[in-house]
Amino acid sequence: MTFLVGIVLVVFLVLVILVISRVQSVVNLVKSKQPDEQNPHPGNNLNANIFLVVLILGFIGILWSYLHASNYFLPEASSVHGRRTDDLFWFSMGILTIAFVVVNFLIFYFSWKYRFKKGNVATFYPDNHKLEMVWTIIPAIVMATLVFTGWRAWADITSEAPQDAEVIEIVGKQFGWIARYAGVHDNKLGDYNYKFIDAQNELGLDLSDENSFDDFTNPSVMHIPANKPVLLRIRARDVLHSVFIPHMRVKMDAVPGMPTKFWFVADKTTEEMRAETGNPDFNYEITCTEICGSGHFGMKMQLVVEDEASYKKWCAEQKTFLQTYPEYVERVPANLKAKAMKFIPDYQAEEQVAVADTTSL
Amino acid sequence: MSAIHSENVIHESDHGHHEELPFWRKYIFAEDHKMIAKQYLITGILWAVIGIAMSVIFRIQIGFPGADFTWLKPILGEWIDNTGKLNPEFFLALVTMHGTIMVFFVLTAGLSGTFSNFLIPLQIGARDMASGFMNMLSYWFFFAASVIMFFSLFVQTGPASGGWVIYPPLSALPQAAPGSGDGMTLWLISMVLFIISQLLGGINYITTIINLRTRGMSFTRLPLTIWSFLFTAILGLISFPVLFSAALLLIMDRSFGTSFYLSEIYINGEALPNVGGSPILFQHLFWFLGHPEVYIVILPALGITSEVIATNSRKPIFGYRAMIVSMLGIAVLAFIVWAHHMFVTGMNPFLGSVFMFLTLIIAVPSAVKGFNYITTLWKGNIIFTPGMLFAIGMVSLFVTGGLTGIILGNSALDIQLHDTYFVVAHFHVVMGAAAAFGLFSGVYHWFPKMYGKMMSNSMGQLHFWLTFIGVYLVFIPMHYVGIAGFPRRYYQFTSNDFTNVLSDMNAFITLAAILTFVAQFIFLFNFFYSIFKGRKATNNPWGSNTLEWTTPIVPGHGNWEGKIPAVYRWPYDYSKPGAKSDFIPQTVPYSATPESNLPHENEEIKLEKVIEAQNFNDQFDQHH
Repeated sequence: MTFLVGIVLVVFLVLVILVISRVQSVVNLVKSKQPDEQNPHPGNNLNANIFLVVLILGFIGILWSYLHASNYFLPEASSVHGRRTDDLFWFSMGILTIAFVVVNFLIFYFSWKYRFKKGNVATFYPDNHKLEMVWTIIPAIVMATLVFTGWRAWADITSEAPQDAEVIEIVGKQFGWIARYAGVHDNKLGDYNYKFIDAQNELGLDLSDENSFDDFTNPSVMHIPANKPVLLRIRARDVLHSVFIPHMRVKMDAVPGMPTKFWFVADKTTEEMRAETGNPDFNYEITCTEICGSGHFGMKMQLVVEDEASYKKWCAEQKTFLQTYPEYVERVPANLKAKAMKFIPDYQAEEQVAVADTTSL
Repeated sequence: MSAIHSENVIHESDHGHHEELPFWRKYIFAEDHKMIAKQYLITGILWAVIGIAMSVIFRIQIGFPGADFTWLKPILGEWIDNTGKLNPEFFLALVTMHGTIMVFFVLTAGLSGTFSNFLIPLQIGARDMASGFMNMLSYWFFFAASVIMFFSLFVQTGPASGGWVIYPPLSALPQAAPGSGDGMTLWLISMVLFIISQLLGGINYITTIINLRTRGMSFTRLPLTIWSFLFTAILGLISFPVLFSAALLLIMDRSFGTSFYLSEIYINGEALPNVGGSPILFQHLFWFLGHPEVYIVILPALGITSEVIATNSRKPIFGYRAMIVSMLGIAVLAFIVWAHHMFVTGMNPFLGSVFMFLTLIIAVPSAVKGFNYITTLWKGNIIFTPGMLFAIGMVSLFVTGGLTGIILGNSALDIQLHDTYFVVAHFHVVMGAAAAFGLFSGVYHWFPKMYGKMMSNSMGQLHFWLTFIGVYLVFIPMHYVGIAGFPRRYYQFTSNDFTNVLSDMNAFITLAAILTFVAQFIFLFNFFYSIFKGRKATNNPWGSNTLEWTTPIVPGHGNWEGKIPAVYRWPYDYSKPGAKSDFIPQTVPYSATPESNLPHENEEIKLEKVIEAQNFNDQFDQHH
């Protein structure tokens, strides 16, 4: 808040100076004073001087506000590729800042320096091919460097995920994310079909595929192992969404009808980040960055990064989809029923109880 | 008075072809390019007030989450709930309408519509556009589009709310968002009319520039404004039909059960039958217009800036040919970079690499333009008219905003920054503010020719400084918010931990935005007051070389009394060594200025007879 007040103060100070300095002109305006021989362009010097003032105050203001906000810039990267793109970002930003400062300095400084002076004549200087070649080629070389480094990073980030990557599905819907895990038995995600979606089977699991028997889902939190490639298989149920994990530098749209993917290696567990940021309540977040309706801003999921052992343990503790909703065993084709039953040993009993109940009536 | 006077003169010189037009043909269904330009300008200004006011409302929500909006209840009614909170759906509708209005209605129609119409005939030496009737249709299609878009603000379910890019399926399914119902239907109808308007206008601009140039006005003697309007019109003519088809397919998906953009959707407890479509297809089609569109917005601003900077630096524009070539380069590249808006849509990464290479090439011609402007200022004798101030501001904003584009065009860096406030800040500076500055620059510079009056210099200068400082105060901090990862189109930032910071920064941006908005009323007052009560303009108040200043102070229908002047030189002979005056208008032959001619220009003296002997393209003469 102090920052805010400070900046606002500076702004109003500048404005006050401006207004005071303009009083004369305002008076002139009312009198509708015409430019005369002595002073053909009233107010010209004043405007030239304001360029100089704005140049100096502007740089101070930008530097100050930059330092103020820099705490929050690119929140601590927690993925391997994230640190690489961060470095690239600051490298590009450094070059661009130089260009920004030089170019704006020249614009403001020339405006001030070459302001109208009586008796002065501007220099007739229509072109200079050498000069133009120079400032065509220099940006071209700088661009080529930036493009090349960026392209290499992009190619690596978007390459095929390693074979041993942990595959997790994340599905966007209005307004939330649902994660699905391949399960601890076969470690394979089962098929899905959007026509099978209903209130319980939110992801449209296809139970005629035996891989889906041990799949489990979670609508509020995603666990991933640290230091191991994680491949997100991304899809959307209704409209476009976009998976955004700010600390992991992960972003990929979720598109209905067109599954997408993104793989990364998280190398700081939630606990490590809590220690590093000194914030005991720190949590990784997954949010949405593609407008998806009125609840867009509230669409989030917690991400827990932990070491592989605790991740495995957590997975083993989760109830599979069939365990949560045993009645879906009806969807399993007859030849696979026995296999499906292994995942829900209690279900048969319940069914028999139900039968017993009806007969007792 | 002078208007009537000039009418009379033309009347005589044309042997009675022109009678005083009735009110409705002179001011309403006008076919005169100058009147149409003014219609575009005033409509654009009205839209700008609405569009920017919308942004102030949603900025208050972002800067001060949970702010009390009860004071807006008389206007917004149900969209403010009983506790005074802004409805999140309406927040998105405001964001959407702000984008649509500003990009299409203000910066396309208001900027290019105004100045292409006003300046093309005046600066190339033509009586009017090639087809005055088509030109009139162009405005009235735009007007119809405006009326429908305005009406959509008041439908029960609210205006379109899927973002100005209206990505399906959100925009295709009324059950996905209230704004995707009637509001979206009206949006699409309005845009279809708007596209028709742009095509009618664009064909006219291109035809006029190619066919109706006056004697001696070769392409290399065209002012850079005209070059920029030519490229703009070509861009629009090629890209707007693609948006038309994108909209048409969306209309079919919405109303006729097709599946161009829809596939495997389960929504509101129902699995839709559509399969096989692709939402990505829409994005490709949309951005095939959407990207050239940003150049449609910025090129006229660059053209206006070139003209105004040269005139008020009292120097020729540096590198006239390089300026044309770089505009041509930008125009060509504009068509092959669209997918840089789609790096993280799941598009093939290889395609992403290709588009990254192509995108970053655009930086080169843009840099050339930037440097050429700066060199034009160098050793000038700069007069800070409000038009000049806005032109200088435009260059500063164009460079500043362009630089962050280099970050976003890099696909690896775009992963983190895509759809964050960094993007919002980037394009607002480079195409929003920069183009708006071009618009202001043009209005201040050509106001005397439009209305025969002068706008107040001091008020214009005050308006400039408040706007210029205001724009930087809004958008520099907005970059910071973006680097911190704040996603755009969020109703509030308090729901996530990582965005529940920097609230002072967001509040500050909002305050700066309000300040900048308020400063625009100085302009509005200056503009409307000066139309009626402004100081009388002189014939050539800025000492400019181009043809429009050789017309009567308020040109009548047909622009010139008597014959259209011939042109003998390029438009940038400012401060020529040896010349008597610091400007030599295009109509002055080299034979009249032996003291300042360069050696190769003396060669051209013998061509003067040839130029004078030509007499084509005067529509007024052809009646006989």
